[in-house]
Amino acid sequence: MKQASAFISTYTADVSGVCSALYELGGMTIMHDASGCNSTYNTHDEPRWYDMDSMIYISGLSEMEAIMGDDEKLIHDIVSAASDLHPKFIAIAGTPIPMMIGTDFPAIAEVIENQTGISTFAIQTNGMHSYICGAGQALAEIVKRFTLTGIPKRTKSVNVLGATPLDYSVNSSVDSIKRRLTEAGFQVLSVWAMGSTLEQMKQAGAAEVNLVVSCTGLPAAKELQKKFGTPYVVGVPMGDQFASVVMKALDKAINTGKSQIAYDKRTACGDTVIIGESIYSESLAAALALEKNMKVKVLCPLETEPDLLLSGDIQAEDEDSIMFYLQNAKTVIADPIYRRITQPGTKFLSLPHEAFSGRIYRKGIPDLIKSVDII
Amino acid sequence: MLINVSGHVDETGVCTAIKDAAFPAPFVSGLEYGAPARGTWNIVHIGMLIPKSHQIYVCAANCLRGVVLTAAEMGTSDRFSTIAVQENNVLEGDMEELIIEGVSNILEKLPQKPPAVLVFTACIHHFMGCDLDLVYKELRKRYPDVAFAECYMDPIMRKSGLTPDQKMRRQLYSILEPLKVNRKSINIIGNNIPTDESSELIRTIRENGYELKDITLCKTYDEYLKMAESCVNISCLPAVIPSGDYLQEKLGQKHLHLPLCYGFDEITKNLNTLNEYLGLQKKEYAYEKSAALNALKEAKEVIGDAKISIDYTSVPRPAGLARLLVENGFNVDRLYVDSFTEWDKTDFDWLVKNKPEMKVYATVHAKMRVLDRKCSEKSLAIGQKAAYFTGSEYFVNIVEGGGMYGFDGIVRLAGLMKEAFICPKNVRELIQIKGLGCDCCL
Repeated sequence: MKQASAFISTYTADVSGVCSALYELGGMTIMHDASGCNSTYNTHDEPRWYDMDSMIYISGLSEMEAIMGDDEKLIHDIVSAASDLHPKFIAIAGTPIPMMIGTDFPAIAEVIENQTGISTFAIQTNGMHSYICGAGQALAEIVKRFTLTGIPKRTKSVNVLGATPLDYSVNSSVDSIKRRLTEAGFQVLSVWAMGSTLEQMKQAGAAEVNLVVSCTGLPAAKELQKKFGTPYVVGVPMGDQFASVVMKALDKAINTGKSQIAYDKRTACGDTVIIGESIYSESLAAALALEKNMKVKVLCPLETEPDLLLSGDIQAEDEDSIMFYLQNAKTVIADPIYRRITQPGTKFLSLPHEAFSGRIYRKGIPDLIKSVDII
Repeated sequence: MLINVSGHVDETGVCTAIKDAAFPAPFVSGLEYGAPARGTWNIVHIGMLIPKSHQIYVCAANCLRGVVLTAAEMGTSDRFSTIAVQENNVLEGDMEELIIEGVSNILEKLPQKPPAVLVFTACIHHFMGCDLDLVYKELRKRYPDVAFAECYMDPIMRKSGLTPDQKMRRQLYSILEPLKVNRKSINIIGNNIPTDESSELIRTIRENGYELKDITLCKTYDEYLKMAESCVNISCLPAVIPSGDYLQEKLGQKHLHLPLCYGFDEITKNLNTLNEYLGLQKKEYAYEKSAALNALKEAKEVIGDAKISIDYTSVPRPAGLARLLVENGFNVDRLYVDSFTEWDKTDFDWLVKNKPEMKVYATVHAKMRVLDRKCSEKSLAIGQKAAYFTGSEYFVNIVEGGGMYGFDGIVRLAGLMKEAFICPKNVRELIQIKGLGCDCCL
């Protein structure tokens, strides 16, 4: 049965994805929810919660407010908090009950923007999709609302799009991406959205190319392409050899103006399966093919655009389908929670994913950009 | 290192002197912040108290995420499954079918059928008018050997009728069926943490030849089921009153609510209520009172006039504990309480009169996210939230009273305060563990 999971976990949902993407930008993000989203997000989806302040809140929606369609309280509470805390923007994300009662978030955002004078926007989430959807929309909204037009391009400059702790945790991975780009002669203008300020991100239109390192960055890349004509490259520069491929793809994108998928030369085959987010997993598969001559298939259990997976790869979101595809795998590279549904005798290589197992295996999340030798 | 991404904020709206605090809710409700103090138990932790039971949650992905990882962190994923509600279920209104077929699918896949299954439905089922009677009737027909407990993860109802916490503690006992009454068996219900064996409450039960049953002590499912034979249920926490009333009606078990409190007269009254029920003579508890006073005196000698803060997660009656400490010379400076319970009213009023300058702070108010969390001097915090908000590494790490009860509980708490004031703790590490006292693989 597609919606039942007897054994495995649940990926971070869309509403947490919004919070994760916007966390460091000085805005205020409100999950319009009764209660549960708050602790779920700050415990399992947000490794920065203890050490880095960010204005992420829930509305505390009650039964009567939902029944009476009382949007006034939400509006009042947000306006009141904003007047105390002066956020740079306000983002509102919905959950299942607001979806059910048809809460008009864009209208609410407009009212709040008019009352506060602070840029306010709604993200279309309902708690039923993955973080890919929520974080992707949130970053795209930043492009639409905040990136400055009319600024000159900077030679060989790049933005990194789609870096959140949900895919990259809080280890050295993001720094390694920046280091590889810098060593290849690129100037990194901003990383969306870890370690960069909103002010830095506003300058994103100056980049000659964008590097998309997870599906959460793709909608922003497309918006930047639409707004500034900037081409993008999809791929994570993992390991020396595939990193070199990514850098060449970036140069090619600058020279041709055409967007590229850096890993599209690989053939998906073999009896090793990587389970994970499509761009990260495809990049790892490409790196392993180049450095270790491994033949690998990717199984993506998350939302992804079809052309981000190669022919022979698999998209399967439910437990039964994933178990079916893993039946004949000799080696599985995946988050440790997937071990529960792999066949006895299958070799299992642990690759913890914050968006799946949360903080449980955080200490074991590797920096594969630096090296894929750990696999 | 704390990185602050917003500007300075003042304490207006999040702090008030107790003399000016409205009872029971001193603060205006608004957007809510969640502090990273996670020691209180949630519905997953509580549900796992039924030995060998299996939990199945039916809700949207964002609601599933927190509970599935709670179970994983406890190392109990093998007793936990999920059914994801999607948009099509809302549009097509097939929620009953989703639950019935989903639960059936999971039960068929599990290597062994559990004796009990706790099915948790969510806010969305309430709003869709899901026919839960039909659902459970069909499940019980399909699986007659499995006991199904109707449980809820519906935080949207927290301001309507029974709170989710009250409902969970009640439904935990809903599987119990009437048994022949055992007059020598007594239950303590609704606690997550066992009550100390040294407490007057437990000693009264055991020393007079009664068998004590408590879900926190049950090792097998049969032991849990045998709780139905006890003649009386003792509850100590306000959230457990509906459980006691429910069992009194369903199983005919007498309900004695003997609240966890800190006033000597009330403790004596509670213990004598039990004595009276058991046919024992009333007692003055003079020795026990004296021991409690001595322990407080010893603690005061160590802590001196250092400021003390208490939060609502540490004890069910923060005002009651504050009063006890103030009466014994301690410098209670702050309470971290978003709203008081009616059970704390008498002590709240006493503090208004006798310690009017004591500060009451909110914990969920939006400003609490960015308010300064440093203390300039060595202070003692009682509870995880108090430790977090004051930044004090000298803290008593307890939730829900920590299993301490009566005069013996005061002796123990005074000992913990003394110890906490001498030995600093790693606040960051300790308070982020969910469900204090549960197994945890972090």
